[in-house]
Amino acid sequence: MNCCKEKPIIELQAGQKLCKKHFTEYFEDKVHKTITKFDLIGKKENLGVAVSGGKDSLTLSFILNKLSKRNPKIKIEAIAIDEGIKNYRDKSLITAKEFCNKHNIKLNIYSFKEEFGMPLDNMLKVLDVKPCTICGIFRRYLLNKKSKELRLTKLATGHNLDDECQSIMMNQFKNNIQASARLGPKVGVKINKNFVQRIKPLYLCMEKEVATYAFVNNLLDEFAECPNVSKSYRAQVRDMMNGFEQKFPGTKYSIVNSFLHVLPGLKQRFKDEAVNYCMNCGEPASRDKCNACKFADKLNKAKDKALVKIKQ
Amino acid sequence: MQINVFFDRENKEKTIEVDENSSVKDLLGKMKINPVTVIVSKDNNILTEDEKINDRDKIKLISVISGG
Ligand code: SF4
Ligand SMILES: [Zn+2]
Ligand SMILES: [Zn+2]
Repeated sequence: MNCCKEKPIIELQAGQKLCKKHFTEYFEDKVHKTITKFDLIGKKENLGVAVSGGKDSLTLSFILNKLSKRNPKIKIEAIAIDEGIKNYRDKSLITAKEFCNKHNIKLNIYSFKEEFGMPLDNMLKVLDVKPCTICGIFRRYLLNKKSKELRLTKLATGHNLDDECQSIMMNQFKNNIQASARLGPKVGVKINKNFVQRIKPLYLCMEKEVATYAFVNNLLDEFAECPNVSKSYRAQVRDMMNGFEQKFPGTKYSIVNSFLHVLPGLKQRFKDEAVNYCMNCGEPASRDKCNACKFADKLNKAKDKALVKIKQ
Repeated sequence: MQINVFFDRENKEKTIEVDENSSVKDLLGKMKINPVTVIVSKDNNILTEDEKINDRDKIKLISVISGG
C-alpha cells in the first residue's frame, strides 16, 4: 500500500510504503508521540542534547531544534565528548561542529584528554580493558557532570529502538537485571541534584528508520563506525538481533514493548538499592567510589608504571 | 546482468552478477547482506527492496548500524 503517487523510499513493517515527504512526517510524528507518551519534555526546559556527529544524534538534534523553535521556553544546547579515537571521533566531531554551526546550536565539547589526562586510544595502550567499557563509563560520567555544570534540566540522547533492544538482551544474557532497571525512555528521577535525567526521544525508532531520515534530510554524508565496535559484545548481540529481525519482522518492537511492561516492576524492585555518591568526586556511585574514579585510579597507576618503564 | 555496487562499510566497489529481472532484495541476497542493516541508493535516491534493478546500474549501499 503506497502513501501517495510519489516514489516510495521505505516499506514499514506493517507493509505500508512511504515517500520521502510522508516518511519524514511519519518519523517526526513518531518522535513527538514518544515524547508525549513518556512525558519526556516539560513545558519549560533547558535541554542538553548529547551529540557525537553520528546519524542518531544529528537526527535527534535536528528534530529537537525544530521543536525548540516552535516553543521558545524549550531551550537546547549540545554536548559532545571527544573520547580521542583517531580516524573516527575526530571526523565525526567535525560533522557535529558543522551541523551545530549551520543550525545555530551552541556546542560544548569536552575531551578525555583534558579531563582524564589522555585520549581513549592511549588509555587502551596502558590498561588492559575492553574499549567500550572504559569509554562508556568515562563518557557517561562526563555527560552527567557537565550537564550539571551547564545547569541542564535534562539530557537527551540519540538511543534508538535497536540500541535499547541490544541493552535489554545483553542484560538478560549476562543476568544483569539491575542494569535493566536503569533502561527505558526516561532514566533517573526528576528531583535529584546529583543526576541529570536522561531522555531518549528516538526510543521507538528503528535504526534503519533513523538512518533513512538522516539520509533524506541530508544531515550527514557518511555513517562511520567506531573501529572498536567490532570487538564489543554489543556488536554480536546487534548482529544476532538483526538476523532475527530479518527472519521474524517485528522482533525488536516485541522485545522493547514487552520490556516496557515489566520495567515499572523492575524499577520498583530496585528502587531501594540506594544510590551512593562517590567519596572522591560526588557523582552517583553504587559503592563508595564511582566507576569513573576507579578507572581513573587504575589509569594513574598504569601510567606511572608505563613512565617508569620508559625511564629505565 | 552486471550491477556495480559500492559498499560504504567496506569502502569497496564490486561488480555483482545477478539474473535478469532481479530486485534489490535479490541483489542483497546474493551479497549475503541483511536488508535490515543497509540503505540502498541509486543516484542519491533510496530504493525499496522490491524495486527492480537494471544491467550496469550503479548502486550504493549505506550501512545503518551505529558505531558507538
Ligand atoms: S564503540 Fe565502544 S569505543 Fe567506540 S565510541 Fe562506542 S563505546 Fe566508545
Ligand atoms: Zn507520500
Ligand atoms: Zn567519582
